[in-house]
Amino acid sequence: MDLFLLAETANAGGAIGAGLAAIGAGIGIGQIGKGAVEAIARQPEASNDIRGNMILTAALVEGAALFAIIVGFLAMVL
Amino acid sequence: MCNHRFKSFTVAVFSVFFLLFAGPALAQEHGEEHTGQPAEHKEAGHEEKLNVGEVIFEHVLDGHEFHFFGVSVPLPVLVYSKEKGFKAFMSSAFHHGTEAHEGYMILTKHNIAEMGLDPKKFKSEDIYAVGADGKPDTTVSVFDFSLTRNVVQMILALTVFVVLMLRIAKRYKSGVGVTSAPKGSQSLIEPVITFVRDEVAKPNLGHKYEKYLPYLLTVFFFILINNIFGLIPGSANVTGNIAFTAVLGLISFVVILFSSNSHYWGHIFNPPGVPLGVKFILVPVEFLSVFIKPFALIIRLFANMVAGHIIIICLISLIFIFGQLNPVAGWGASPLSIGFTVFIYLIEVLVAFLQAFIFTMLTAVFVGQAFEGEHHEEAHAAHH
Repeated sequence: MDLFLLAETANAGGAIGAGLAAIGAGIGIGQIGKGAVEAIARQPEASNDIRGNMILTAALVEGAALFAIIVGFLAMVL
Repeated sequence: MCNHRFKSFTVAVFSVFFLLFAGPALAQEHGEEHTGQPAEHKEAGHEEKLNVGEVIFEHVLDGHEFHFFGVSVPLPVLVYSKEKGFKAFMSSAFHHGTEAHEGYMILTKHNIAEMGLDPKKFKSEDIYAVGADGKPDTTVSVFDFSLTRNVVQMILALTVFVVLMLRIAKRYKSGVGVTSAPKGSQSLIEPVITFVRDEVAKPNLGHKYEKYLPYLLTVFFFILINNIFGLIPGSANVTGNIAFTAVLGLISFVVILFSSNSHYWGHIFNPPGVPLGVKFILVPVEFLSVFIKPFALIIRLFANMVAGHIIIICLISLIFIFGQLNPVAGWGASPLSIGFTVFIYLIEVLVAFLQAFIFTMLTAVFVGQAFEGEHHEEAHAAHH
């Protein structure tokens, strides 16, 4: 049980958490990009609306990942 | 038409960037190396380990002086405490933490270690009153109103920006570019303003867009100018400061609240068409989302800017980490790490624009959601 209270464990936990967050965000943003490219291929005339929505959704996904990264960062610092 | 606007926006963005940042991007390599080098020399002398974490925090956090290419520029310190009154002096009076001035002292990582203070409780760059034993006196509560480097840089950035904008506004007032094509610096700003109007305000806010456009443009350019100033090597990380983004997020929150209508609150506290049992779960979630929206805005801008700065410093520090193992490895690593740094730096320029755009866009989306139901209500009233 003492293993979990070590400062080094907190560092490792922060790093692992940030890595997991990056995986999740990567999958999410990849899906958005896939969807957007497919949609633009089908309807090139709507590409501007699609691009705007793509950036917006990617920003929302990224926000969730950044929450996790901040928490991971705090685990290492505090 | 829209595609054309997007194109002109990107042209504007990249021409600004190449004009302003081709020089600093190269200077970055030298600048960061210079600020890193004294650390390395010190390590060699004292046989200490290079602490990358400390270097990162020194660059990312707020401070009482600027470090430009190894030269430190002192900034004004304004402190108040009940016991010692209001004092104003330059931060150079502290001599980098080695001397106390007018009964106050500044903490640095060196004097925290020397005095054996608890590093969890005493942070460097904090100002304390000096006790009888020469150590910081925690019983005296000191209020620090200093113009730190974040504040000074924000004022500088705003001065530059206001001067630029006023010049452009004066030209429009004198009739240049109103009916004809924009000239000079007008061509730089006009595509950006029309982009915010046509791509952010109009689609999200509908017929009410003119009411919110001044706010959206102000937020957009305020974040943008501070992001860009933060990218100049040696400058402070203004937008990567949680206090800065928190204030922007709070203002957005107030704007969202003031533009909300009964329809919006009705959907939160009494969602229509939802069974009673589900309402017990849904209403708290909906209510929390009112606060989470601006909080996400705050964290997004903060984390994006901090992450960018940390990545650049980490890549530069790689040279010194390798250099500690072996000088040849350090030299070998430098072209690679400088190449990556320039690459990330260019991405950061894109992020500077993207984050300003996203903050404005999401504010517009949330404001639009807050008064969305209005049309239906008006239509209903017309029916009855």
